[in-house]
Amino acid sequence: MRDRIAIALAGAAAGLLAWNLYKMFLVLPDEAMQGPIFRILFFHAPAAMVGMTGYFVALVLSILYLSSNQLRFDALAASIIEVSLVFSLINIVTGSIWARIIWGVWWTWDYRLTSQLVCILIFAAYLMLRRGIDEPTQRARLSSALCIFGCIDVVIVWKSIEWFRNLHPGPVLSIRTGGGHMDPAYERVFYWNLLALLLVGISLVLIRTRQEATAREIDSLRRLAHAQ
Amino acid sequence: MQHERLLLGEAKTPERLARPAFTLATPLRELVQAWWIARKDLAIELRTKESVNAAGAFAITILLMFSFAFDPTEAENRAYFGGLLWLVFAFAGALIFNRGFARELPNECLDALLASPLSPSSLLLGKAISIFAMLVLVEFASLLVFGVFYDVRWWRHAGPLAGVFLLATWGIAVIGAVFGALTVNLRLRELMLPILVYPVLIPLLIAATELSGTLFQNQPFSSDQLLWVRLLIVFDVVFTALAAALAETILLN
Repeated sequence: MRDRIAIALAGAAAGLLAWNLYKMFLVLPDEAMQGPIFRILFFHAPAAMVGMTGYFVALVLSILYLSSNQLRFDALAASIIEVSLVFSLINIVTGSIWARIIWGVWWTWDYRLTSQLVCILIFAAYLMLRRGIDEPTQRARLSSALCIFGCIDVVIVWKSIEWFRNLHPGPVLSIRTGGGHMDPAYERVFYWNLLALLLVGISLVLIRTRQEATAREIDSLRRLAHAQ
Repeated sequence: MQHERLLLGEAKTPERLARPAFTLATPLRELVQAWWIARKDLAIELRTKESVNAAGAFAITILLMFSFAFDPTEAENRAYFGGLLWLVFAFAGALIFNRGFARELPNECLDALLASPLSPSSLLLGKAISIFAMLVLVEFASLLVFGVFYDVRWWRHAGPLAGVFLLATWGIAVIGAVFGALTVNLRLRELMLPILVYPVLIPLLIAATELSGTLFQNQPFSSDQLLWVRLLIVFDVVFTALAAALAETILLN
């Protein structure tokens, strides 16, 4: 059943992405100030949003694991963090390409960019920590604690464009600014692409969770075989 | 799937020994217990001097090595002094907090401490206090050498500088204690500790660097920089609270 849901979601995401690409490249005109490169925003910001949502969901799952000791919460949190990390990397890479065209540099030590890079390093360390611990409950316990500490940086990434003077553009979506910063036609495509990337993320998490459950089953059988 | 649940520790395990119920006296009792742990660690350090000597020597060596990278006497390079100093403290600090919990491994001392009536949060807090005291000592010694080598008259701003140093050092000490505890039983402890600690410390190091750099350039804090002071305070409060809340999770096997 889970496989079918994953396939259905992936199919819906592929269809939606194809439709969004058609709208982005063949329907919407170039942005007046930035030109064609503006279209990268349709992937850059939604990737960051999907990534950050994933970290917060993983935070909730880590707290749930610590209060219930059920390993399925930990497995789900780890799967979500892996997928979120991929989306954060997409965010950094697309942002870098945009910066090269608009600012003339691949990277600048802006607080938003730096905190996002730190976020990637923290959650990459989370995955390394998991690989360094063989015992499943110890792995789940310590990685849940690290996830809780790591999510503080996610808050800093999220709020950095409001707290600090940045080169990174401020909020542009009408839900945060009240409108006037982005053309409604652009904004519609932006939200549709956010949905498409969210569906891609959820289907990847479902596939990854299944792999994690299989790995746990193999691990428990191996331990059972050693115990007998 | 019952075998999986049993082997992976999800099935019910016997309750641990009940800890005293939370009362108004609990925070005070925890602080007293934390002080005992810190006093024990500082007494050991006073006899062996293994962490402070190593961290102090390491800090001074890095300060010396940085002087090859750029000319310390040029006025425009003063803007980098804050960052330089906090990098030195962060690297030297790793030597101190690496030893924090690892010191308890021989003779199963950590297990004995965990089996004692001490609460895990007071154990973690005690370790943070001892790391804090050792770091402050190393920072003060480094600052003296830094003043001479780099011709910085830091004592003109001794008050604000002390405030920044104490706030930032407490943050480093808490994070160091937490991740020292988290990695103490890992195979790759020495490898994992810096990978885990430094990314989490970066916001704190940026704030400390911005504030110290301003003071080393003999400038007052602007209203923008008060944001960094707030960030240091929030960082300290949030991480101390989280460390106390998660101490049992981190420490108990």
